[in-house]
Amino acid sequence: MSTAPIIQARDLQKHYDLGAETVRALRGVDLEIHRNEYVAIMGPSGSGKSTFMNLIGCLDTPTGGEYVLNGQKVAGMKEDDLARVRNREIGFVFQTFNLLPRSTALENVELPLVYGGFAKKERRARAVQALEHVGLGDRMDHRPSQLSGGQRQRVAIARALVTRPSIILADEPTGNLDSVTSEEIMALFADLHAQGQTIIMVTHEPDIAAHAERVVTLKDGVIASDRRQTPVAPEPHRQRVQEPVGVGA
Amino acid sequence: MGIREAVRIALAMIRANKMRAFFTVLGTVVGVTFLIAVITLLKGMDAYMKEEFAGRIVGHNTVLLRRVPELGEDPQTEDQWREWMRRPLFTQNEAEWLAANVTTPGLLSYSYDQSARVGNGRGKELSGVNIIGANENFFRVREMDIQAGRPFSRQEAQRGVPVIILGVEVADALFPGLNPVGQTVRVAGLPYRVIGLLEKQGAIFGFTMDRMAIAPAKSPVNGGVWEQAGKVEDISFQVPRGELVPQAESEITGLARTLRRLRPREENNFSVETAEGSLGFWEKINGFLMMALPMLVGVSLIVGAVVIMNLMLVSVSERTREIGIRKSLGARRVDILTQFMIEAGTLSGFGGLLGIALGIGLAQLVSAVSPLPARVSGGAIGLAMFLGIGVGLVAGVYPAWRASRLDPIVALRSE
Repeated sequence: MSTAPIIQARDLQKHYDLGAETVRALRGVDLEIHRNEYVAIMGPSGSGKSTFMNLIGCLDTPTGGEYVLNGQKVAGMKEDDLARVRNREIGFVFQTFNLLPRSTALENVELPLVYGGFAKKERRARAVQALEHVGLGDRMDHRPSQLSGGQRQRVAIARALVTRPSIILADEPTGNLDSVTSEEIMALFADLHAQGQTIIMVTHEPDIAAHAERVVTLKDGVIASDRRQTPVAPEPHRQRVQEPVGVGA
Repeated sequence: MGIREAVRIALAMIRANKMRAFFTVLGTVVGVTFLIAVITLLKGMDAYMKEEFAGRIVGHNTVLLRRVPELGEDPQTEDQWREWMRRPLFTQNEAEWLAANVTTPGLLSYSYDQSARVGNGRGKELSGVNIIGANENFFRVREMDIQAGRPFSRQEAQRGVPVIILGVEVADALFPGLNPVGQTVRVAGLPYRVIGLLEKQGAIFGFTMDRMAIAPAKSPVNGGVWEQAGKVEDISFQVPRGELVPQAESEITGLARTLRRLRPREENNFSVETAEGSLGFWEKINGFLMMALPMLVGVSLIVGAVVIMNLMLVSVSERTREIGIRKSLGARRVDILTQFMIEAGTLSGFGGLLGIALGIGLAQLVSAVSPLPARVSGGAIGLAMFLGIGVGLVAGVYPAWRASRLDPIVALRSE
């Protein structure tokens, strides 16, 4: 599949004007990501990886350079156009899940389709399908507080999948989960990838990055390394000493 | 995002924060409550003035012909007052000529009244009884029903037979516990046979309408009690439908001018009134109150709007993260704006509903403890609902605009 890249960043820059000094968070990043790639973006804090993720996710616009997402020039877009692109092209998965606490799993998954202007019947059908896809067909009427951390992240993944986006953009998706649950989520990502989904995952954990087939490392606002690797197969049944990492947001 | 979706979210938020929602809309509730109560009472008052007061004194769909006005304005100058007092009364013959010559369909009654003492012939007496001398149509034109016995007939009226119909207060005073029909009373010493008993008439502005007795105009009270023998004070012409009132008014005026032999340029030396037309003074007061009182209500609605705006701002800052999530999922500014506007509108709409219920309750309470009747109008409820929702929308604009302007990255990071 040697078509046009789904993500094309050229000399991407982001400066923050803080009065006296200008912080150059991104100093010119060139990157191409093709359909069905599974990319981990790594880097220490302050490396610019959050800024990069915000630009890729169309939550922010670059100060300089070009960004083309699925054939659309995002760099100069206005806020409402960005909202439309986010709605159609990107499925976010956050570290803290970011589900609406008062809505059921089903309602949470339906939400992107509400903003996409889908009719109620189709919304419902697609949301049910997405929840079944992540193995939560029996938890649709539960609120986030009635679900475990892993289940919440599955709801968030279902919500990301429901619009059939160009890319899944995951920001530290296992940061709030214990290691067993993390492996489960990684197994789910591997499945999605196997089905053709493009996945971009921001993480600082090498264990997690090991599941991707390509690792891009940022440092001081530029790409320090970009290497391909053989992904580690997830081991959902591996027993470890469970460290109680803060579960739940 | 559809409006129904936004309303559903708004209802969920109200359910989740019932107490806060209630205090948020308290100003709106108070404003709408008083709006409804005031309009309901004014409408009731208006109906009371037109139907009870003017209607019972002038009569429904009735043209009242008199020497001087019954309800209209008082004379403005002494000269005018003297002119009024020089005017002749109409006579019973003139009234009958009018009845014979009027072409508009209707019923003509004439009457005079004079206060007199009435006794039962066995020592019991009641003074200050309003003795009305009338023709046989009087009962129908004035809508006075007879609860026992009968009214007098046309023959009895023509021949001046001494028969009388008593008001309940007179009957109770003279014949306590007895059936007055068939008894004899003495009106200023003149013997009359009681043939009927009126239904209880009640009071108008505290004046009893039951201390009265009605006899044929040509019976012995004509001259015996009423000193202007052969004359009448009131000539009433009742038409079957309201649309005929203007026609009847002009025809009666024309016939009366003929009777008075007035030349075309001469002014009327009599008065023609209708229930609606005679209430000019009330129309003025009512018009002013209907303007002024809702403006006072408006002040409390403004206070209500300020409170709603503040609480919506609090709500927006509490839900910053939710706004960030929605934006990351593709909500446009207009989606967020609409959501918060509808939330404010729904909230204050609830306040409006509550206010309408309380306002109707308050009006019913006032009418229960005072003679003022309450008349709930659909217009007032519509206005209240419009204002209630409007207050929320106006108050919601700024907080909703703030919410819609939030940066999704900052909003997502907030706790």
